[in-house]
Amino acid sequence: MKPSQSAQKAPRSRLLTNPPHWTTVLALVVLVIIVAIAVFAPAVANFEPTQLNAMMRLKPADDTYWMGTDSYGRDLYSRVIYGAQVSLLVGAGVSIGALVIGLPLGLLAGWFRGLDAVLMRMMDGMMAIPGILLAIAIVALTDAGLTTVIIAIMLPEIPQVVRLVRSRVLSTRSETFVDAAVLLGTPPLRLIWRHLLPSTIAPLIVQGTYIYASAILTEAALSFLGVGIGTETPTWGNIMAEGRLYFALNPWLVYWPAIVLSLCILSINLLGDALRDRLDPKMKGRSI
Amino acid sequence: MLSYFLRRLLTAIPVMFFVAVFIFLLLRLTPGDPAQAIAGDQATPAQLEQIRESLGLNEPLSTQFFTWVGRMAKGDFGQSLISQQPVLQMIGQRIGPTIALALTAMGLTVLISLPMGVLAAWRHGGLTDRAVMAFSVIGFSVPIFVIGYVLIGVFAVNLRWFPVQGYKPLADGFWPFAHRIFLPGLALASIYIALVSRMTRASMLEVLREDYVRTARAKGLSEIVVLFRHALRNAAIPILTVVGTGFAMMISGVVVTETVFNIPGLGRLVVDAVLARDYPLIQAIILLTAGTYVVINLLIDLSYALTDPRIRYQ
Repeated sequence: MKPSQSAQKAPRSRLLTNPPHWTTVLALVVLVIIVAIAVFAPAVANFEPTQLNAMMRLKPADDTYWMGTDSYGRDLYSRVIYGAQVSLLVGAGVSIGALVIGLPLGLLAGWFRGLDAVLMRMMDGMMAIPGILLAIAIVALTDAGLTTVIIAIMLPEIPQVVRLVRSRVLSTRSETFVDAAVLLGTPPLRLIWRHLLPSTIAPLIVQGTYIYASAILTEAALSFLGVGIGTETPTWGNIMAEGRLYFALNPWLVYWPAIVLSLCILSINLLGDALRDRLDPKMKGRSI
Repeated sequence: MLSYFLRRLLTAIPVMFFVAVFIFLLLRLTPGDPAQAIAGDQATPAQLEQIRESLGLNEPLSTQFFTWVGRMAKGDFGQSLISQQPVLQMIGQRIGPTIALALTAMGLTVLISLPMGVLAAWRHGGLTDRAVMAFSVIGFSVPIFVIGYVLIGVFAVNLRWFPVQGYKPLADGFWPFAHRIFLPGLALASIYIALVSRMTRASMLEVLREDYVRTARAKGLSEIVVLFRHALRNAAIPILTVVGTGFAMMISGVVVTETVFNIPGLGRLVVDAVLARDYPLIQAIILLTAGTYVVINLLIDLSYALTDPRIRYQ
């Protein structure tokens, strides 16, 4: 066990010296494009994503409709572009929320042993409920707005964060510098902040990227099942859900959003793997 | 062994308690009135009050909770608000396809991912290894419903090897059953295959460095025997753990897979229950899946204790 000081310095130098793997670069490029598309959606899209055109129902792709049109005559390309906004927002909301709530809980559970037993049983209980069932129930029983969807996807992610932070704290607290700080009479909260928090940052950043990817996936699944954000907002999931009715006629109604969705998740996961290998070499090659 | 079993069983009780509290609070504290859901929009306030009274919704929350838990302890999970049937009976009618789907996926996972993981570790750093790792990253990233539609598009619509959707129980004959369950099983297994093959590879990589593997090879045993009998068996514990934690993933996958392939299982039942706000049904399904998850993990822990005596005496 090396002190957290050197553990933090080492990755920074590796980050600069080793050139990234080509898949990492590619993933980064894809992500930058998707983010740019989401931010500049009005400029990139050819039509309003909700603009109906009864004359142009289920048209194949051509020069005007780059990905064809859906059953309402809406431009599929423009809808897929706007779909990026929801996915990225949900991913950001969920990962930030889960880290902000999970981090203090994990720190407290790792340090105060009495609290640990109760808190971890609660977390075990939450983990036993399949995330998507919980999310479906929360969304369907409340209003299906963006905030609800974010909370519903975030709740099941929290226990993972708490567990991760707690396990880091447990291994750090056995170090000599923590004993020294205790002997010097450092108040518990200050000790947690100054000495235990730093070692959790690197794994949390990695975990955050995986949560981001999994949140996008869950959001798409919820919209696909018809219990996500309302159908008036185009999301990759509900574009697919509408397209599946015409799948035999034109499978591209499903394939296009599916391709973009998969590329987006794949890129985030690849980036997460690269970050993990650099920030947290001990975890290299392990399963998440 | 018995004392280990009892200790482990005791830790499962508070977990299930928190699951129950959590589900109860979730359903009671979210906006939306179950009485309103039963009575419909036309109901008068007096009718609503009568329904609330009969369901015990006017009691304090703590009383409601303990009445609920007490009834479940007697095996009474309540009645569906919509169909008036006992919820356990409804779950019983729909659980068959779900179990068939899960077992198919589990079987395909073992058949595909164990050899893949072993092969990747055996040819560590080589082309096979990189292909397996690439496959597992993709398996993690492509959602089940996307894989489902690609499988339908390629193998059912274009090649016509399989029916597009639907389900036939095993009672209708093995072939019709297998023919319809294979594609959904494969779609559901995709993320699981990614997870298990990755874990198998990692775990095998550690074991293959051990002295007893070198001894086995030195004895002149065939490589197959060394890999599968000596190494894989010792690499099994982390793989089993992943199988257990991955169960939750499979439940999530079931809901989506059943929708894609039109399978009348529990997954569809829960989505329909939620859309209809059928509280007793939602509670029962979530509680039973959580219970299954806890039991599976308990069994996996016990299987460690059976294979590794050190764990028993902790």
